[in-house]
Amino acid sequence: MKFDKPAEANPIDRMQVVGRAHPRIEGPLKTTGTAPYAYEHHDVVTNPAYGAIVGSAIGKGRIASMTLAEAERAPGVLAVVTAENAGKLGKGKFNTAKLLGGPDIDHYHQAIAVVVAETFEQATAAAALIRVEYAPADGRFDLEEALKTAPLAKDPNSPEKDAPPESRTGDFEQAFAQAPVKLDELYTTPDQSHSMMEPHASIAAWNGDKLTVWTSNQMIDWGRTDLATTLGVPKENVRFVSPYIGGGFGCKLFLRSDAVMAALGAKAAGRPVRVALPRPFIPNNTTHRPATRQRIRIGAGADGRIIAIAHESGSGDLPDGQPETATNQTRLLYAGPNRLTSMRLAVMDLPEGNAMRAPGEAPGMMALEIAMDELAERLSLDPVELRVRNDTQVDPEKPDRPFSRRNLVRCLREGAERFGWTRRSATPGAVRDGHWLVGMGTAAAFRNNLLVPSGARVKLGRDGLVIVETDMTDIGTGSYTIIAQTAAEMMGVDIGRVVVRLGDSAFPVSSGSGGQFGANCSTSGVYAACVKLREAVALRLGINSAEATFSDGQVMSGNRSAKLADAVGEGELVAEDKMEWGGLDKSYQQSTFGAHFVEAAVDSFTGEVRIRRMLAVCAAGRILNPTTARSQVIGAMTMGAGAALMEELAVDKRRGFFVNHDLAGYEVPVHADIPHQEVIFLEEADDKVSPMKAKGVAELGICGVAAAVANAVYNATGVRVRNYPITLDKHLNRLPGVS
Amino acid sequence: MKEFTYERAASTQEAAAKAKETPGAKFIAGGTNLLDLMKLEIETPRHLIDVNGLGLDKIENTQDGGLRIGALVRNTALAADMRVRKDYGVLSRALLAGASGQLRNKATTAGNLLQRTRCPYFYDINQPCNKRSPGSGCAAIEGFSRQLGVIGTSESCIATNPSDMAVAMRALDAEVETVDDRGRTRKIPIAEFHRLPGDTPHIETTLASGELITAVTLPRPIGGTHVYRKVRDRASYAFALVSVAAVLQRDGTGRVAVGGVAHRPWRVEDAEADLPKGAKAFSARLLADAKPTNDNAFKIPLVERTVAAALNDARQQ
Repeated sequence: MKFDKPAEANPIDRMQVVGRAHPRIEGPLKTTGTAPYAYEHHDVVTNPAYGAIVGSAIGKGRIASMTLAEAERAPGVLAVVTAENAGKLGKGKFNTAKLLGGPDIDHYHQAIAVVVAETFEQATAAAALIRVEYAPADGRFDLEEALKTAPLAKDPNSPEKDAPPESRTGDFEQAFAQAPVKLDELYTTPDQSHSMMEPHASIAAWNGDKLTVWTSNQMIDWGRTDLATTLGVPKENVRFVSPYIGGGFGCKLFLRSDAVMAALGAKAAGRPVRVALPRPFIPNNTTHRPATRQRIRIGAGADGRIIAIAHESGSGDLPDGQPETATNQTRLLYAGPNRLTSMRLAVMDLPEGNAMRAPGEAPGMMALEIAMDELAERLSLDPVELRVRNDTQVDPEKPDRPFSRRNLVRCLREGAERFGWTRRSATPGAVRDGHWLVGMGTAAAFRNNLLVPSGARVKLGRDGLVIVETDMTDIGTGSYTIIAQTAAEMMGVDIGRVVVRLGDSAFPVSSGSGGQFGANCSTSGVYAACVKLREAVALRLGINSAEATFSDGQVMSGNRSAKLADAVGEGELVAEDKMEWGGLDKSYQQSTFGAHFVEAAVDSFTGEVRIRRMLAVCAAGRILNPTTARSQVIGAMTMGAGAALMEELAVDKRRGFFVNHDLAGYEVPVHADIPHQEVIFLEEADDKVSPMKAKGVAELGICGVAAAVANAVYNATGVRVRNYPITLDKHLNRLPGVS
Repeated sequence: MKEFTYERAASTQEAAAKAKETPGAKFIAGGTNLLDLMKLEIETPRHLIDVNGLGLDKIENTQDGGLRIGALVRNTALAADMRVRKDYGVLSRALLAGASGQLRNKATTAGNLLQRTRCPYFYDINQPCNKRSPGSGCAAIEGFSRQLGVIGTSESCIATNPSDMAVAMRALDAEVETVDDRGRTRKIPIAEFHRLPGDTPHIETTLASGELITAVTLPRPIGGTHVYRKVRDRASYAFALVSVAAVLQRDGTGRVAVGGVAHRPWRVEDAEADLPKGAKAFSARLLADAKPTNDNAFKIPLVERTVAAALNDARQQ
């Protein structure tokens, strides 16, 4: 099915199942520990060996020599695989650095060997016996330094392949020079680690030349394809299975070393092999959100209308890497005739930077939405009002291109009212509660809606059960549930009569989970397959499918009615289809919107920042399931709070690695940091995006949160911090005296 | 993790004797720190002597009106003890500011005193660290040192002691009771228990080889207002950037020990004479010889401000 014109009325609009707050259908499996995660497929792989990965001890250079003998002789060891004995390996399309390094070392903790042994303990102990001599080389580990000579970079994912690297509209420089009110500030965001709960893990088993990998991966087809490329085997010979995933946030979008090393280890040992990445290995071995340095200039009239806006961001990555697209939202979020956005990409030798929850917009909004708060203050304008005044219903670079739906102003207004925004003091540092300095902050939320083709297969059994199969993943988001809701709505059955099977490359290729496109795209794929199944059912029952109503296990047309299951003859009725996307995203800008409000308190003695309450108001199309959507948004708000206040991979610029590479050193929020969260969804249905009329919310929820916290902290203290995270040392000396 | 042998000791003296005679032996109690370090091969004991089950898990009144805390009393039990809560509030509060409920259920009094630094370079076996691998150098001094020590440091090591409990015990003038391989006991004042790093940062206490902690004693209560103020980036489950254990009297005198700044809980008795003059005067003397790095220079004003917070807390109680 191709979606190339706005959706008309369809069975989803009944919203008897879709749009209802349904608890997760796989919840009981997870809460009883019976949902098998990647490392836990004990029933299908009964005789696994264990692989322990050795990571590079240097950030850049070469392996001069590697002595395996002691490890190979260690108790229980079955095989030791290195780049030297692994045979020729390719590199996956989505990988920047090689997943098995050596002799050249591209980054710290790059995998250089896997030791396979009978037990986990033996493998780990033997891995420590590998002796490696390195010839270290000087690396580029300092972003500020590297950006001094970095060239402009284009967004590699932009559909405008021929666009110049700088995006310009009007004449920014001249307009900015003449603007009555100006802002020109530098903001920095640090490298961040996804820190999902479940580490990367895989079990690999060969059967002849066929390989099955049970793994934890957000994008089954990408991972499967890149593993086949890496191993140099036909894609058809590789099966990826990933039914349950303990979080990913982008860190599991790609094939990673666990799957490659498990496959190589299993080949070498002639046994299935399990590999999990130890937590201290993950920040440097896998991907992270790259640090940015962002200069923002805004010129406005005295009335608060933006005349000129420029956003220039710099980030770094390994050779052939990508820029962090932190300026994307600035092209679309606010009106203004004169605009400039650009990115620079420095070549560096730190580990691979890549997508983390809302890549681009998350760090971009961290900077832009502080800048808007600063501009509001310079204009003596309320920050909500400033944003309202600069709303636009069209793409500011292409005014003939409207937004499909844009309810930013309603989000801001309704949020302000619900939050009690009028109680905010416009003067910073003015509100005290005992020894706490208290402030409120706001920020807009913005994240683009992305469209990825998505397929599904739907089967109707004689018992009336509807089975959905797609390689879509559920990374804790609720995919199982919203897909079941979609199929139940389409086929007119109770949700309990739907079985959902996910995360297996034997099923049709889906959108996968990423870029907050999973919910809308994967359910649209299921919608398409269900339309086909409805047609097949109607044909069997001799009913005109266009007029048929599917409800309560019955198919009705006029005064005719038949049981749905009666359409099934021998075996089962099967339909498969794929949702493909026409050009509606070219004629309409498709984005999601929201507003964040935060009250924060700062200890006037110690400078410690503690959030008191948070509110998000979201306008993101039809909400398929308010329960799972709310969970996504509060999780994203929590991650935004971490970004604001504590999350930072500390770079050792001499030794070239992220130093705080475990969950003791890399702090993420705990329950005590998040006392109160509220989420409101505006009622919306966006007919330009899909037949589901839904958009994503999972990444919208993080965009702008950190800036709302930063703005609340500023409102509390009167000390502006532009370098995330806002730890107490950054404002301590400018707080009021205490002695 | 390296292979190791394991035994349960039958008595404290036997445990000490076994520890002394067995190369590479270590005691294990709660295991909340040691096992993590063994998994990373930062600690590689060849033999573990389990000292659980030796009857060291009791809290008793002492003849001089103090309290004797068995070495194996769990942090949870110690924090909840009514005598501790009533007379040594700073200790109870310090314990509850540390770790998580699950860890405190396992962690013991002696183990807490012996827990090792959280310096990230100590934790990464690829990096030089004089504490983990004597003579290899210190990567932290010119590296990422935000969490690390500002006073009593050396050119070999700037690690901090991560304990909250020990800071309160330092303010309370606790004593550490031990037994050695020949059954001889001694009491080590807490002030002399932890060493400064000097050029042997791998030697962290004044315990002799095999010497086993059997108890920690607290002198009779000194009254006053007890405050433990722990400063950290997140609200819970984090090591202190700076912590202050204070016992403050109505006349403005008192005792203050500081955590998160040195290789041991930091207390300068002479400086306490300046407490009635306020946090600034006191802290200036407390940290007179501080040598912070660029990363952790903020700890100097933070100590002063946290002491001020503690004094303010005390005034309001």
